[in-house]
Amino acid sequence: MVDHSSPPRPPLSTASLIARLVGIGAVVAVVAGAFAYVNGTLDPQRLRPKTLVNALETNNGVHPGLRRNHAKGVCVAGYFESSAEARAYSSAQVFSEAKTPVIGRFALPSGNPYAPDSSVPLRSFALQFSQANGQQWRTGMNSMPVFPVGTPEAFYQMLKAGAPDPATGKPNPANMPAFFASHPETAPFLAWVKTAKPSASYATETYNGINAFYLVSADGQRQAVRWGVVPQSQDAPGDSAPAGNDFLEKDLVQRLASGPLRWQLNMTLANSGDPVDDASKAWTGSHKVINVGTLVLQSSQPQADGDCRDINFDPLILPSGIEASNDPLLAARSAAYASSYLRRAGEVSPLHSAPQESKP
Amino acid sequence: MNGSPRFFAPMARLLHWLMALMIIAMLFIGAGLAASVSERHEWLIHLHKPLGIAILALVIVRLVVRFSTRQPPLPADLPLWQVLAAKASHLLLYGLMLVLPLLGWAMISAAGDPVMLSSSIQLPSLVAANAPLFAVLRKAHGYLAYLLFLTVLLHLAAALFHGLIRRDGVLQSMTGGKD
Repeated sequence: MVDHSSPPRPPLSTASLIARLVGIGAVVAVVAGAFAYVNGTLDPQRLRPKTLVNALETNNGVHPGLRRNHAKGVCVAGYFESSAEARAYSSAQVFSEAKTPVIGRFALPSGNPYAPDSSVPLRSFALQFSQANGQQWRTGMNSMPVFPVGTPEAFYQMLKAGAPDPATGKPNPANMPAFFASHPETAPFLAWVKTAKPSASYATETYNGINAFYLVSADGQRQAVRWGVVPQSQDAPGDSAPAGNDFLEKDLVQRLASGPLRWQLNMTLANSGDPVDDASKAWTGSHKVINVGTLVLQSSQPQADGDCRDINFDPLILPSGIEASNDPLLAARSAAYASSYLRRAGEVSPLHSAPQESKP
Repeated sequence: MNGSPRFFAPMARLLHWLMALMIIAMLFIGAGLAASVSERHEWLIHLHKPLGIAILALVIVRLVVRFSTRQPPLPADLPLWQVLAAKASHLLLYGLMLVLPLLGWAMISAAGDPVMLSSSIQLPSLVAANAPLFAVLRKAHGYLAYLLFLTVLLHLAAALFHGLIRRDGVLQSMTGGKD
């Protein structure tokens, strides 16, 4: 080793001093610049979680404490009773235990918490399965069979097409048709929506997970699936959505008062060649569908202080035995839901601030 | 070995450089995932959580090493304000290294989410589910991460200042050598 005990320190020339200071500044600037690129400051075109949530707020207004999308809803609780059929495909505990407790939420797919129930022909159903081992499975399902678009970029363009025109305060009626025309992947959704009408009840709807996932067996075999729940309740013949803005929650409370509501949880197994990374495309032709169990709902609560209120139904909270596919909407949903959740968790909702304060 | 050491103990230096890499990677991973809706968001989160717990474990080892080994003294001719800045920034660095992983762990707990380090490794919740608390912890996690990044930049600039301008052996005390 060289002896450093008294390092000679001849003074630096002015030029050398300046060069060294500039060098230090350059190193710091490069690191800071790289960081500013990664966090998006120097990359303003990038689609970020807050870009999506801001777009939802632009279209629907800001309703403190409430979800930025699917804002109007109702909490439910019950359990899931597994059948034996999923066990060969997935090692998740939810399929090996007889019963797993469930908290859920029915909602209107709109960012406006005051939207009339008949304003959209869609309903959504989110679920949290709490496994005994502490792992959870969360899923957000919709009554449509496919998503209008396959990528977060296209979803953002769709939100922008629905944005209010600053001059009129309303969306330009030409924008949405123009968006659909320039996005042919929306055709299957548009074909479905033509036939869809607002249902009179949450209880009689089929809800589809839409995005694909993998069931992973104990020996590591992966099977791509799409899941959904099919109701055991049925509309009376000729039933259609009643007048009024808020009939869905009343109907649900009434139905639960006379007994539990049941859905069958189905998994559609992908055939080779089915798109597993594009939620805008249907899986056509014949498919093996397994009935993995029965979802039983026993009670409901208003969302203002219900157990579902503080749950972020992030579709990537999955137990061991279920894995995400490469569908780009899954990561985008997870990222945007986290941003929406942070905003509303930090706000006091005018809907529940008063009852909250009166609690001990 | 009678006088003060001129170098940090080998274990302290190993931990310093290993953690320097991990923490800089962690800061970029965190900033990147918070600003992405692409698949990157997902795989960065899967790196962020186990790396954060590894940093938490290493910082505890590092504090033990710090208090059980002798530190090379700062040069006697260092101006007082620089001595104070050095001590304060090191205190801040250690504090943030310790606090940030704990905040991350606590905020996931407060959201009511399972704290998963992989598809099957689960940590216990640090706090009960509490959405308003989540919002506070999540914001603190973000702001303090930016503070850590700025402190790391200052630390880097000061190290280069010692190495290139003052040439006083402070940078060498961490880059290597044997007493």
